[in-house]
Order: sequence, then structure tokens, then C-alpha cells
Amino acid sequence: MSPSTSHSAPVTHTILSLPDQSTAKMPKRHYLNNEDGLLSWLLTGDHKRIAILYLISITFFFFIGGAFAGLIRLELLTPQPDLVSADTYNKFFTMHGIIMVFLFLVPSVPATLGNFLIPIMLGAKDLAFPKINLLSWYLYVAGGTLTLAALVLGGVDTGWTFTTPLSTHYLNTHVLTAATAIFIAGFSSIFTGLNFIVTVHRMRCPGMTWFRMPLFVWSHYAASLLMVLGTPVLAIALVLVALERIAGIGVFDPAKGGDPLLFQHLFWFYSHPAVYIMILPGMGVISEVISTFSRKRVFGYTAVAFSSVAIALFGFFVWEHHMFIMGVSNYSALVFSLLTMLVAVPSAIKIFNWTFTLQKGSITFETPMLYAFGFMGLFTIGGLTGVFLGSLGMDIHLTETYFIVAHFHFVMVGGMLMAFLAGVHFWWPKMTGRMYPESLSKLAAVTTFIGFNLTFLPQFILGYLGMPRRYHAYPPEFQVLNVLSTAGATVLGIGYMLPLLYLGWSLKYGAIAGDNPWQATGLEWQMQSPPITSNFVETPIMDHEAYDYEWLANKTQKEVTTVG
Amino acid sequence: MDRFVSPVLWQFLTRWLHASALFPAEASGISPYVDALYFFLLLMTVVGTSLVALLLLTFCLRYRREKSPVATQVEGSTLLEATWTIIPLAIFLLVFVWGALLYFRIYDPPTNAMNIYIVGKQWMWKAEHPGGQHEINALHVPTGRPVQLTMISQDVFHSFSIPDFRVKREVIPGRYSTVWFEATEPGTYHLFCTQYCGTLHSMMIGEVTVLTPDDYKKWLDQSTSGMSLAQNGERLFASMGCNACHSGNAAARGPNLAGVYGSKLTLTDGSERLVDDAYLRDAILNPSQHVTAGYAPIMPTYQGQISEDGLIDLVEYIKTLQSNYRVQQTQMTSQSDQAAPTTPTAGTTEMVKP
Amino acid sequence: MDSVLTTAEHVEHEHASLPQHRHHFETEEQQREVGTFGMWLFLLTEIMFFGGMFFAYLLYRNWYYPAFAVASNQLSVPLGAFNTVMLISSGFCMAVGVWAAEMRRKTLLVIMLILTTVFGLIFIGVKGVEYHEKYENHHIPGFDFSTAAFTNPPVDAKTGKLTEEPISPDMAQHTEIYFFLYFAMTGMHAVHMIIGIVLLFWLIRRANRGDFSSGYVAPIENFGLYWHFVDIVWLFLFPLLYLINRHPLH
Repeated sequence: MSPSTSHSAPVTHTILSLPDQSTAKMPKRHYLNNEDGLLSWLLTGDHKRIAILYLISITFFFFIGGAFAGLIRLELLTPQPDLVSADTYNKFFTMHGIIMVFLFLVPSVPATLGNFLIPIMLGAKDLAFPKINLLSWYLYVAGGTLTLAALVLGGVDTGWTFTTPLSTHYLNTHVLTAATAIFIAGFSSIFTGLNFIVTVHRMRCPGMTWFRMPLFVWSHYAASLLMVLGTPVLAIALVLVALERIAGIGVFDPAKGGDPLLFQHLFWFYSHPAVYIMILPGMGVISEVISTFSRKRVFGYTAVAFSSVAIALFGFFVWEHHMFIMGVSNYSALVFSLLTMLVAVPSAIKIFNWTFTLQKGSITFETPMLYAFGFMGLFTIGGLTGVFLGSLGMDIHLTETYFIVAHFHFVMVGGMLMAFLAGVHFWWPKMTGRMYPESLSKLAAVTTFIGFNLTFLPQFILGYLGMPRRYHAYPPEFQVLNVLSTAGATVLGIGYMLPLLYLGWSLKYGAIAGDNPWQATGLEWQMQSPPITSNFVETPIMDHEAYDYEWLANKTQKEVTTVG
Repeated sequence: MDRFVSPVLWQFLTRWLHASALFPAEASGISPYVDALYFFLLLMTVVGTSLVALLLLTFCLRYRREKSPVATQVEGSTLLEATWTIIPLAIFLLVFVWGALLYFRIYDPPTNAMNIYIVGKQWMWKAEHPGGQHEINALHVPTGRPVQLTMISQDVFHSFSIPDFRVKREVIPGRYSTVWFEATEPGTYHLFCTQYCGTLHSMMIGEVTVLTPDDYKKWLDQSTSGMSLAQNGERLFASMGCNACHSGNAAARGPNLAGVYGSKLTLTDGSERLVDDAYLRDAILNPSQHVTAGYAPIMPTYQGQISEDGLIDLVEYIKTLQSNYRVQQTQMTSQSDQAAPTTPTAGTTEMVKP
Repeated sequence: MDSVLTTAEHVEHEHASLPQHRHHFETEEQQREVGTFGMWLFLLTEIMFFGGMFFAYLLYRNWYYPAFAVASNQLSVPLGAFNTVMLISSGFCMAVGVWAAEMRRKTLLVIMLILTTVFGLIFIGVKGVEYHEKYENHHIPGFDFSTAAFTNPPVDAKTGKLTEEPISPDMAQHTEIYFFLYFAMTGMHAVHMIIGIVLLFWLIRRANRGDFSSGYVAPIENFGLYWHFVDIVWLFLFPLLYLINRHPLH
């Protein structure tokens, strides 16, 4: 099939209706029941089981982080600091940040969906290093446990950014424990990224060229580059902070000749790419979902693939935009502001490509698609408000206020979390063999969208008014907006509780999914749900493009038999 | 922006929004310019989001399954890709230039700005006017005059923010940072610390009071509580023994400091340095790296012996030093065992503990 | 045409495979390539890790050059040079070991691995001696650190002149940053070496059993990569820490 570069003339038939699921049967043997017993899970090398392990632990930490968010919003209902003490409040937002960033957002899509799908999407039997994959999970659990330990022992109140010299010399909370926890969790991330890169390079099945891979894989590849190259710098920054706390010398303390700005550079050198580590896998999910529910290949596949890599590349060169007002040289600020503007462009390209994927498609509105639409709108707003912040003069007024808080929650929660939920719903049938209840899930999606906007739109206004972030108490004139925000947070919380409940319910009572309930392309949809442990009995040979709906339509009617 | 937007509309917009507690006051000279950029960016966001939303909605309605049972496979379109690469890039670059110009305006103070020192510490702000007026968590400034704030922290990172002026700068331990503004509207405005600095970060707030020039003068007169900063600095200069080496004599062991502020010095390593506030502070704390050419590196460091307030006093003093007359006077005073010549000084006469 | 078959009719792979062959790989060659690729990638992350410290070093050396120069004179160049020779020798032995594994010469492999370990242990021992000396001289940052040696350097008994040009107290204070970076960088390097030595013990045991002399050389090769990387890091550390502009008096 020769690729055309413009709107092609021939009309091609695509699948009209979803297959009859009433006759779908649960396969007898699959990766979930292949082996029994706790040890078969705790010592597994199967990437799919590891993905499920991650899914459970990530969900656990998400709700703890969410509880802290609830407490924060509760305190902010009133201008006075009347719910908890200042130190406790500082611990709330620190723990919320640490848990959500390092224990939820960074591993969310890569470690669950990425782990589960990348080998299958590439036609491989597993990732390159299954044992290291398991090690990644244990490192994640260790980091998470240490974080909980820090919490239980009394908490840490440095802010998730560990700004020195506050964190090194002026606090006596459990900074070392928290720093160690993140250090360990960081290695989990590094090993996951390493695994993905090697798998993509070396374990694609015959015929699977780079440009036949699903865009989900491209996004994860780009994110893995960032994980592998950026996370070690965070590790060393934390080591230096820990050493400084132990030895009391002043690498970051100006009273002793050190430079606190050095820590800022080291920290943000990782933490800016970190935000792209968080969002790129989500973007990969969106590519898959929008394509499937429009029954169309993604518009501009090459552009989207290259944009992912471009975001990763440019993402390494913009870290100083977190430090524009910190006394950096005006000329360096110029350079980083310019680069920040450049890094915004590939994201815009992707949004438009996804939008135009819808054109001339055949669109249905299942829950994953609803979440994808939510992502499109909210990520657009979040990304554009990033341009506000990348603009030097504007950043002076907006930085360190609630505008920043609103900006990153729009991209991370409105963007990334929605993408995660889209992915979980989309691949839930594949991972569990069960369908989730569609009406309830649609309700949850809409609830989340409404709750989210109510929570975070007022925060943009608060930010411009000047309300600083990490504030326990605030001037009374900011109260109305804060109350709106807290009301929204309540709705948002409900929106997140619902999936927890109905997805759990579906494990036992959900409709049987069958191998391809969405009639999607992609190797994962051409096998039973749930898949067998070795994914493929025989290595597949890829002979068609990604998102090839014609191939799907022409596929023989022979139904894939399940392994009996 | 007056050219693009009717002044009436502008005033209406900002004042109405401000009255609804949805928008900060425009109380400094730069505020309208910052707001102009903000409104442009808002417009960009609204247009961009609406465009995406509109496209989504249109495509969803037009191509939903009932209306479009068959999908047409489309590879892509280089023209469209180019369009939505170039147009966003152009807009972002425009925003970049606009923002950069604004940034340089906000962070490059005019030469005639009056200087006020700010010392931030956990968890309060100290403002020190050159005339010696000290304020805690408050700042009085006149309208119509550029005011430069020279700021430093005594402990951790803080950030000095006056939202209604649209200015903010990090207040860093170990070096001065500056920001300037020109207040335009009398009134009181919020002052916040916006960099998380520990337990009472949210309490590190204050009030900026903007007064008409006459009211400001009245305030200055009534709130002088002691020596001016320079006078304090003179005391420190003598009591710390600086005048022993920096006496201004030809054979003195230390360079002459009269008129040194603002000049270009050549150091022993051959480098040329402009003598500004930061240089003076560094020279007191790290003298071995700031030895003027022709002098021996014998100045001891005063690290740990002078607080940031003391350093500010000394810096102010040296800034105003035009001749060494008083230096030598104080030297005679400290060396002589006769009664010191009385110089009427306002306020207390007790030694200021550094 | 169907390209994906998941029916149960298909049989197991027929080709003879080594016992170490992991079943998610198609061929041994793929497995070996994957292992090597993975190790190179891991070493790239290590470069980023050490890179952060090198950056801090470069920054402070630029700011506080006199302090760095006199502090570095406290390190013993002969010991450092000896250690460098030890590491290079161990690297050479490792390289010969890799060759021996590929040539399936078990005894040579085991001997080389043992020699590598011995050289590595000597290196660690000498490092211990150096660290101890710092402890004696109160040059461990944060633990009773003393700048006396820099503000009042001792007089050389033979020549009667000062061994060092004294520096002012405020500059001498910055020697603590030098020593902090010294311990952080060499310490981190030593941790990597110790991890390597532990792995070496395990490799020696397996090599002795004959695991690596019948065609399966991946662990030896990949460990070799790791060991050479640790070697290279030292080759950067040594000149940066030990060989800063030796004092003109010498």
C-alpha cells in the first residue's frame, strides 16, 4: 500500500460495529491464572504481572497523595490557619507533591500500561530484562515504603523541591529518609526506561520497522530517554543534599562559601525533563485511543513520532525557566525562555494532529474517548499557560503563585491523569478480560472533568491576584475563589473514587470482553483477553503499517481461537 | 497598548475586574504593561482552546458513527503540519520578545532610583531606608519616584512579591538581588513572601503603603528613630577597626574608599571590577578575592562577625563617602584619650552592636 | 494474511539452546546484543550521575582556585599514581579475561578474574590508607575540620622554608568544599568499585564452575564494560583532584 501524503481519494471500508460480545468466552489459560500462589506473583518475570503489581501499588499511593490534597483544600476553605498547624500543613503539601510526582505520575503509564503493552506491541515475548523489570518494581515499593516511613515518623516539610539551604540546614524533619526514598524510586524509573529502550531497539519482531510501531511505543521511547539520562542527576543532587545534612558543610550554603543556586540547577536539570517523562506516555495513550475510536490512522504519524522525540530532546535544555527570578544572569534567562518557546511547539503539533485524526473518521464516544477529549482541552489550556510562564516578563508576576499550581495541575491532572484513566479503561478489557460498566464510567469521566475545572480554573485567577503557593493562610479577599476550588476538589474526588469501585466490581461481574472489543488495530488486540503468558506462541511477522484499518477489515473472519 | 485598546475600555476592564476581586490593582508604572501582555496571552489561550474545542466539536458531530459509518484513511498533510508548526511558533516567539523586553525593564533599575534595603529572614521582612527608618513587614514609598530594592536574606531563600506592582524577586542568602518599581497610586497593597521558607512562610506578609510625595516626607520625618544607615555604618567602620587601614592616608595599608563606589577597580589578579553594592559586601566577607592592585592581601575576613544589617550599613556608608575627613576624625576619636569632640547626632549614642 | 497466530498448535523452538538462553529471546545473538546494549545504556546513566558532581567540582574550582590548589596538595601524588597503575592493571587483566572467555580458556579466565580482583582490592586498600590520613589531619568535612594546615602551613625541616604559601582564612574555609567533593567523588567511585569486586567474587565462582568457558560470555563481557567504565572515571578523577597546578615551591 503506497502511502499518500495528502487526503487520499479511495474510500475504504472500516468496521461498522463492535463484535457480538454475548458469545465471548473467558479463555481458560492466561497470564493471570497460569501460575498460582503469592510467590508466583512476587517472583514473576512476566511483564504483564509486573504491570498489574505496579497498577495496584500506584493506585494505593495515588489515593494517599489524594488524601493529602483533600486535606490541603480543606484547610484552604478559610483564610485563617485554623485546621492544622503551620508545620503540619507544610508536611501536607510536601507529601502530596512527593507522592504524586515520584510515586504516581512518573511511573503511572510507563510502569503499568507501558510494561504490559510494549512487548506485545512490538511482537516480543517479554521486555529485554524481565528480572530487572521485577527489580524496578521492588525498588518502587522500597521507595514508597520509605516515603510512608518518613510520613509515619513525623513527615517531611521541605516541599517536593527540597530547596536548599532550607532542606539542608534549617529543618529537622525527616529529610534524609525522604531523600533516600526518592533516590531509590529514581532507580526504579531508570531501570524501567533502560528496559524500554533496549527492548525497542533490539526486540522488535521481523517486519516491525521503527515507523510501523504504534505511537504509544514512540512516546515511551522518548520518555525512556529522559528517564535514563535525567534521573541520575536528581540522584546525585539528593546525595549531595544528604551528605550536606550529615556533614553540615556548606556545598549549598552561602554562609560557608557554597552556592544554593547550584542545587537549583542540579535539581531542575532532572525535574524539568521529569514533567515530560510524566506527560509523554500519556500522549502515547491518547494517540491509541483517538485512533481506535475514530477508526482511523493517526493523522501525520511521522510528525507525531518525531514530535515526541523533539519534546524529549528540547526538554533537556529548558530547566532554568524554573529559576528566572532567582538572580540568574539576564542573558541566560533569554536563552532559556527562547528554548521554552521552542519546546511548546511539538506539543501543539500533536494536539492538532490528534484533532485532525477525527476528521473523516467514524467516531464513537466510549469512556476512553471521553477522557481523551478531556485531555485535549485541558492539556491545551495547561500547555498554553506554560507559554505565559515561559515569557520572562510575565513569569515575574506569575511565578511562585497559584498560577503555577493551576498550570501544572492542568497538564498533570487534566492532561496526564486523564490520559492514564483513558488508558486504563481502554486496555482494561485486554488486561483483565472484562468490560467495565460503560454508563457509570462515562458518568465518572464527566464528573472528573467538571470537578477538575471547578477546582483549578479559579486558581489561575488567584495566581494573577498574587496569592502565593504553599500558603497556609491567605488574605480574606481570596476566600471565594478558594471555596470554589475546594468544592471542585470534592467533585473531583468523587470522580476518582468511582473508577476504583467499578473497576474492582468489573473483575468479577463485568461482561466478558473477548479479544478485540474495540475492533482496534495493534498486535495486542489480535490475541485473547487476557493474553497468555508468553504473549505469542510464535513470533509474529509484521507486514502492515500501524493503525492499518484496512488490514483489520480484510483480516480473515477466522476468529482467533483461545488457548484451551 | 493604548494604541491598540481604547483607554476607556482598558480602564473599565481592569478596574471592574479589580472591584470584583478578580484582578489585582494596577499600582505601579509597569503594571499596565504586564497586564497588556497578560491579556494578549489570555486571548491567545482563549482563541487556541476555542479553536481546538471547535474543531473537536465539529468533527465529532459531523463524523460521528451515525453520520459517518465509514472512515477514510488519511495519511497526513504536510501543508497542515507546516501551518500548525509555524503559526504557533510565530506567536510564541512574539510572546518571547515581548516578555523579554518586559523582563529587562523590570530588572534593570533606572539610575535615579532611590534605594531601600530589604533584609528577609525567617519569618519577617525588614526594610531599611537610607535615612535610617526601619520597618518590619511594611514598606512606605512615595508615588512618582523610581524605588530600587536591594535585598538579601539572612538564612534561606525568600521571595519579595508585591502583586499589585507586578514585581517579584528572589531574596537569596549570600548575595544581593534587586528589583525596582515606580508606584503610581496611593494606597496599601499586599506584600508576600512567595518562596517557601519554612514554618511561618504564610505569615511572612506585610503591607506596602504608597504615599504622595508630601505625605511620604512627613512619614520620613516622623519615623526617624535613630541614625541613618550611613551614620550607623560610620560607627561600625570605626568600631570594627576599618579606619585603621582604610584611613585615606597615602601610606595606608588599605585602599582609599572615598569615592570608590561606582568606580572601576583593577584587582591584583589583573581583572577589572565595577564597585557596586555586591562588590562591597563581598569584599568585606571575602577580602582575599578582592585585593586592589598594589596592596597586600592582609585584610581579615569579617564573615560571621557582621550581620546583613551591619553589612548594609557599611555599604551605605561607603557609598556616601566622598572624602576621608570623617574617617580620620573617627580615627583620632578612637585613638585619643581626650574627650571626644561632640558632634550633635540625633537619637541614641550607644554603640550599635554589629 | 494472518501474521499473528496464538493458537496452541504450534510447537516449541527446535533449535538447540544453551542453558542460559532466556526464552523471551529469539536467538542467543539477540540475547547477547540486548545484554551489551543494556550495559552501555546503564553506563550512560552512570556518566550522568557522576556528571553532576563533576559539574559542582568545576564550578567551585573556578570560584575558589587558590583553596582548591592548596587542598589538592594535601593529596599524595605517589599514592594516587600507584592507584592509577593498579586500576589500569586490573583493567588490562579484565580485558585479557574477556578474551580468555571468548577463547574458552577457563584457567586463564579464572586467573585473570582473580588478578582483577586483587588489583581492585589493593586500590581500595590504598584508598583506605588515604582516607585514614585525612582523618588524622582533620580534613574530613564536617567532622572536626581544620584549616590550620592552610593558614599556617608547616615549615619544611630541610629547606627551612614554608611547605606551602599560606592563604587567608576566608579562602582557607573553602578547602572544606574541596574535601567534600573529594570524598563525595572518590567515595562514590569506591562504592562502584566495591560493587564491582563483589560481582567479581561471584563471577570467579561461576567461572571456576565452567559457566563461561563454553560460549556463554555475556556476563564477563558486560562486567568488563562496567569495570572499564569505573576505571575511566578514576582516570578523570585523578588529574582533577590530585594534579591541580602543583605549587611553584616544589
